[in-house]
Amino acid sequence: MFITQVLNGLQLGSIYALVALGYTMVYGIILLLNFAHGDIIMVGAYVSWLVMAQLGLPPVLAIALSVAACTLVGVLIDKVAYAPLRNAPRLSILITAIGVSYFLENGAQLVFGADAKVVPAYTDLTTVQIAGLTLSFPSVLTVLVTIAATVALTLVVQKTKLGKAMRAVSEDMGAARLMGINVNSTISFTFAVGSALAGIGAVLYAMAYTQANPTMGMMLGTKAFVAAVLGGIGSIPGAVVGGLLVGFAEVFVTAIGLSVWKDAVVFLLLIIVLVVRPTGIFGRTMSEKV
Amino acid sequence: MSEKRPIISTGGRGPAAGGARRTLPMPARYAINAIVVLVLLVLGELMIDGGAINRYQSTVLEQVGIYIILAVSLNIATGYLGQLPLGHAGFMSMGAYGCSIFIIRVSEFLGVGARDFVTGTPMALLLVISGLVVGGLCAAIAGVIIGIPALRLKGDYLAIITLAFAEIIRVVMLNIDDVLGFELTGGAAGLTGIPGFSSFLLVFGCVAVVCFLIHTMMKSRHGRAILAIRDNEIAAEATGVNTTYYKTLAFVVSAFFAGVAGGLYAGCVGVLQPAVFGFMKSIEILVMVVLGGMGSMLGSAISATVLTILPEALRAFSEYRMIAYAVVLIIVMIFRPQGLLGSYDFSLSRIVERIMNRDFPWKKGDAPADAAEGKEVSADAER
Repeated sequence: MFITQVLNGLQLGSIYALVALGYTMVYGIILLLNFAHGDIIMVGAYVSWLVMAQLGLPPVLAIALSVAACTLVGVLIDKVAYAPLRNAPRLSILITAIGVSYFLENGAQLVFGADAKVVPAYTDLTTVQIAGLTLSFPSVLTVLVTIAATVALTLVVQKTKLGKAMRAVSEDMGAARLMGINVNSTISFTFAVGSALAGIGAVLYAMAYTQANPTMGMMLGTKAFVAAVLGGIGSIPGAVVGGLLVGFAEVFVTAIGLSVWKDAVVFLLLIIVLVVRPTGIFGRTMSEKV
Repeated sequence: MSEKRPIISTGGRGPAAGGARRTLPMPARYAINAIVVLVLLVLGELMIDGGAINRYQSTVLEQVGIYIILAVSLNIATGYLGQLPLGHAGFMSMGAYGCSIFIIRVSEFLGVGARDFVTGTPMALLLVISGLVVGGLCAAIAGVIIGIPALRLKGDYLAIITLAFAEIIRVVMLNIDDVLGFELTGGAAGLTGIPGFSSFLLVFGCVAVVCFLIHTMMKSRHGRAILAIRDNEIAAEATGVNTTYYKTLAFVVSAFFAGVAGGLYAGCVGVLQPAVFGFMKSIEILVMVVLGGMGSMLGSAISATVLTILPEALRAFSEYRMIAYAVVLIIVMIFRPQGLLGSYDFSLSRIVERIMNRDFPWKKGDAPADAAEGKEVSADAER
């Protein structure tokens, strides 16, 4: 029982962590709270539903197409809505992000209807035996995928040339431009990576909750955003730790029978952390911004 | 209703052609504005009584007034103080619940019936006004509790912590009854039995009073201190402005008026449900402020009016209206990032003075440029 709850916390926390990584990366590079990020997950879940339930194609294709669609949507949003506003006041870009979020939510509602769609299971395997324990397979898979994604992301940011460019742009956009870094393509790349992570998050979310609806991204996005801020926005380890904290807090509060208060507890946790450490757990000075 | 932005000084431009520029004395300015507001209020009331505006339209008008108050009150924290609170709906709900619970309980105690609120007996009127003040005070107390920790943070951290507080308020409103063991907010089912006390005159009277109070506050020493904090917090502190005090003051005043608007909202719709005061409501109000132009009271009022009436007018196309809304939002921000009016504000007395001086915009030459938009906005852009 205890193990199950811990695994549930890990699973939910991993999903939050993946989404929070996207928030953190975009914030790190252009200081934008990308309100539309949660809705990208919604797009991913709908693509999975479309591919499996409507077209009857295999799950592998659904996963690939979901991630691809999310990446595409993320880059497109940046090009269409955010790129023209690079030098505008920050609040204007924020309002644009809200506009994009409205657009995606209402667009999905118009195209797919307001009711929830059931996303078929990606795999027939429901449980797995590890060290004599019977564990839920989607949970284990979620945790493993998140670990792999975080490691891969850290490697990309730290070891590749593009990652170096990302770090440079996040540190000082003007100086990076003078050093011959193509700032716009670096920002696009950041959006692509963040949205691809959201796509993975979408698949894992659909695996856990088996449904897609137009406003699913809103609360998920807000919680993940809380997770990113909790960990220290702009920091990769911060996003993961924040995501896990939020996930565990929710599962714990639900487990002791206070599920109606779980949102309040998550937000209270955020307030306490911010009051004690105004820049989150992994404050800006302690970690690399991306 | 809306008046000129106080920091734009009319002096120092040199005399208009043909001698000293004639100006209006302050009492005359106030008198002119008061008369215009009264005439507009009476005109509106006559149109409603005469049937030129039907029941549905007057309800929409009340909503417009409520959103105007919400937008101009958020404008204090956003446009004048330069912070980004995302929890305005939280203050609104504090005010709505505070006002409704007060009015319901006290009218029960005093034996004032629902009928009295419609006909407007002096007792009911007194009750409504004290209810609105109670609502405002509830919101202001919440503003102090939220403001003190939140204002230590900067920028986006402040945004997220206010969002968090507003969500907590919503969850508390939803579940407090189970904890207390008696009925206070009505939980998810909602608080019912609120007398429908909002009327055109009450709402727009409040709009006029709120706009007047905000205008005079911003024109005073305290208002200048708040503007100084927006422009450069460190410089303001160095010149002796108590930044913590003034930031909290602006925040609390903003919360107070949001609470008043919440009370009016309760009297307009009659039922309160916590779900209404979610994150999206805060965003809706913020959109009004930014779209109209931050720091412009007229801009807030106009965009609150348009954004409240537009969805009603587009009911026939209800499937597409939210998409249209989103697209308009994105397009306006791309082509006019400083908002529709920038920081320009309307001043009736300035127009009267121009007429007195025969100084019209179409006359080339020494006509002073009144809207100092460009400069204002470039200062905002650095934030």
